[in-house]
Amino acid sequence: MTETRKIEMTVNGVRHQLEIETRVTLADCLRHHLGLTGTHLGCEHGVCGACTILVDGQAARSCLMLAVQADGAAIATVEGLAGDDGTLHPLQQAFHDNHGLQCGFCTPGMLMTLVEFLESNPDPSETEVREALSGNLCRCTGYQGIVAAALDAAQRMRAQAVGLS
Amino acid sequence: MTESFIGARIGRFEDRALLTGQGQYLDDIHMAGMLEMAFVRSPHPHALIRGIDAGKALALPGVHAVYSHADLAAVLTADRIPQDKGGAKFPDTTWPVVLPKDETCFVGEPVAAVVAESRYIAEDAAALVEVDYEPLQPAADCRDAAAPGAPKVHLEAKDNIVAEIRADYGDCTAAFAAADHVFAISLKQHRGAAHSIEGRGIIASYSAVGDEMTVWASVQTPHKLRNGLMELFGVDESGVRVIVPDVGGAFGGKNVIYPEDVMVAVAARLLERPVKWVEDRREHFLAAVQERDQYWDLEIACDGEGRIQGVRGKIIHDQGAYTMMGLHTPHNSAIAVPGPYVVPNYRIDVVVTETNKVGCVPIRGAGYPEACFAMERLLDEIARGLDLDRAEVRRRNLIPADQMPYEHPMKTREGTPTIYDTGDFPACQVQALETADYAGFATRQARARSEGRYLGIGVSNMVKVTGRGPFESGVVRVGRSGRVSIYTGAMEMGQGTKTSLAQICAEHLGVPPGEITVVAGDTGAVLHGIGGYGSRQTVTGGSSVHLAAIEVRDKALKVAAHTLEVSERDLELKDGEARVKGAPELSMSLADIAKALSGAKGYSLPKEVTPWLQSCVNFRPPDVTYANAAHVVEVEVDIGTGGVRILRYVMANDSGRLINPTLAEGQLVGGTVHGIGNTLFEWMGYDENAQPVTTTLADYLLPTAAEVPNFEIIHVEHPSTLNPLGVKGIGEAGTVPVAGAVISAIEHALEPFGVRIAEAPISPGRLIELIAAGKQGS
Ligand code: FES
Ligand code: FES
Repeated sequence: MTETRKIEMTVNGVRHQLEIETRVTLADCLRHHLGLTGTHLGCEHGVCGACTILVDGQAARSCLMLAVQADGAAIATVEGLAGDDGTLHPLQQAFHDNHGLQCGFCTPGMLMTLVEFLESNPDPSETEVREALSGNLCRCTGYQGIVAAALDAAQRMRAQAVGLS
Repeated sequence: MTESFIGARIGRFEDRALLTGQGQYLDDIHMAGMLEMAFVRSPHPHALIRGIDAGKALALPGVHAVYSHADLAAVLTADRIPQDKGGAKFPDTTWPVVLPKDETCFVGEPVAAVVAESRYIAEDAAALVEVDYEPLQPAADCRDAAAPGAPKVHLEAKDNIVAEIRADYGDCTAAFAAADHVFAISLKQHRGAAHSIEGRGIIASYSAVGDEMTVWASVQTPHKLRNGLMELFGVDESGVRVIVPDVGGAFGGKNVIYPEDVMVAVAARLLERPVKWVEDRREHFLAAVQERDQYWDLEIACDGEGRIQGVRGKIIHDQGAYTMMGLHTPHNSAIAVPGPYVVPNYRIDVVVTETNKVGCVPIRGAGYPEACFAMERLLDEIARGLDLDRAEVRRRNLIPADQMPYEHPMKTREGTPTIYDTGDFPACQVQALETADYAGFATRQARARSEGRYLGIGVSNMVKVTGRGPFESGVVRVGRSGRVSIYTGAMEMGQGTKTSLAQICAEHLGVPPGEITVVAGDTGAVLHGIGGYGSRQTVTGGSSVHLAAIEVRDKALKVAAHTLEVSERDLELKDGEARVKGAPELSMSLADIAKALSGAKGYSLPKEVTPWLQSCVNFRPPDVTYANAAHVVEVEVDIGTGGVRILRYVMANDSGRLINPTLAEGQLVGGTVHGIGNTLFEWMGYDENAQPVTTTLADYLLPTAAEVPNFEIIHVEHPSTLNPLGVKGIGEAGTVPVAGAVISAIEHALEPFGVRIAEAPISPGRLIELIAAGKQGS
């Protein structure tokens, strides 16, 4: 019943090797085995989006994956967003500046969803942002601050990209 | 004049940790030796428990214990959950049980608790516990349950009626007899559950050394939980400490003491190991409190101009299987109908009836959204019957500004007079209508109609009681390091309470708000407190902190004046020190003042000051204060799909003086979207046998970003006269008027089909039915 497997994955650039029960979800593995509790669980059935992380660059619901399925994968979670010096990612900064979070429980999932979205669509319309977020539930904010933050961050990131080139 | 922090749009200090994944929510806490709990829950709405066999579960490696009712007496003084009953006289059978002895009364009720090394193992073991049930007839629909001879929710009860409430004044019989017009409606109202994205959760740890229990819990009211556990374990305040970590939303769902809370504490006590339980979403659907069903029959009487002469009617309220928190919801619904309108005669009778479903307690809005919807539906009846504009009918009936403060003939829940302290209800409506270009709507509607599109507009007004007492604690302390701290029974659950309280305190102490520590939700830090519900915290906790900070300031100035040998009047507090105005080199730091006051040697103190640079205030507002709002919403209805799109949403809201308008807007938008969920999406379904049928977020729909617009907010600030800050509550203000406005707008859009809506929520499928029926009828 408690079959285990050895797996290896990179999380926010750090390599981890662990032996884990095959039935443990990726979310529980990150939270309870690796101590990365920034990824949250709101439903554990794939609807709320709170557990969203990036697996090999793609947004995924960590409650719907087993840890063993992530063997060999590169994973990014909210803990890896800010710079090493503590500088907030433009999305994080924009969430703060636009009151894009209240209780903060949905926030990591919102951020990771938007990281992927803004990479593929750096200059979205408000409607596109709302569509992109429609798989992430927030009970506190009514989404207005989150949408404003996403648009604000997109603008900052575009400005940054221009500055760099 | 120094810069004012009160009223400033300051970014929250709570944010950084939450944005970087460093927040600490309940499930993020891990302790050495910690065990986890899972529950065996009843699959039956009503059944006798003939026996529980835990043999197989206990044999599973990693399982430490399985507890049922028989185990409670070893550590608990009672097997029912303590409640502040006040004068309430309810049947004994309605008080919630810790675990049922031999009769389970709703699907999802915990019947046994399993403790194991991990949640995975605990759930495996829970599935192995064999419970011998003998199913009984359930009471599912509250209308049937209220009827004589209905199947009983509890076998030992006399019937299913928990209470009957009457709210009345004036003379309805005479008013209705004399009225020019009488209109009648029947409404079906339903609100779902709280659905904070973080579920409930609790950890308890017991130390035999000192006989002390420490509890970490995701709750709105830590002192209530502390008090309940004290009573159950027969200890005093020193025996239980409740600490609340970061809370991932609450909305009413974390405001009662649940069986799961008690069982975690029981297990920690018996095993002397930390024990954790975290609610999953399915458990939230099954076993977290809900607001659910009310059935209304109402009549309104008016004169030829549409002026209200009276309102009367009946409500049947679904209380669920247990009375978890008194009659707050049905009572509020009964008294809140008149709201901002002049209603000279009134009588509502409520039958509060049990059903074999989870208990009903207030969710954001607490019975007010239902009452507001009922009133707004009645006003639309008058408009239709007398062929008047809907906003005009409301204008004629709103309490005029020159009558404020307005003593309403209605008595409060406590039986005291209802007095609306400040506000200008008609002006709020005017501002909302103007901003929404109500006058230009007919043109927009006609243009859309010529393209085959159906637009409608709706208006509603509300008043919400806020700032409930009896008090809230606020301790302001300057430590020996000079650091300013606030300790309070008020709670941070996402509203930005900590930031707001720091702003209020900073105003007086000349310290930037970001440098103030706020400890909220720790019964060990502040012995008494009430907590977060009912839009109360800024009114009560904010005022306490305000008054405490003033006392601390005065004391600091007194000591500094004494030491520096100057007059207090010549001093100011700035940048963490008391300075002589115009000669800032003459100063004494807050740290030195705090040291002097905490017994440090070498300082001389003025005679009359008491030790410690600290003040504790428990502000007791003389009365509740009332927030009010007008909402105007424009919608488009797709007559092919029944889909409703909100095109524009404007609100004029008066919550008195605002401490931080940005945070206030967050509360209003979040509250309004909660109301939109209640109006268009959220339905907690039970079948005819009281089996829950919506137990995932794929079945029970919450509003998402794609379904809601940006909201336009007009702040109207009439300061309350009942607290020193002039604030009124805001947390629920957005939720209350939504259904009234949105349903009116939908009905307006569908006028060509004669659609009449007498229910909330309303789904696309139901709208299609109503449109089809309307087409047939025409
Ligand atoms: S927790 Fe994974 S989607 Fe809700
Ligand atoms: S901020 Fe609380 S759920 Fe989104």
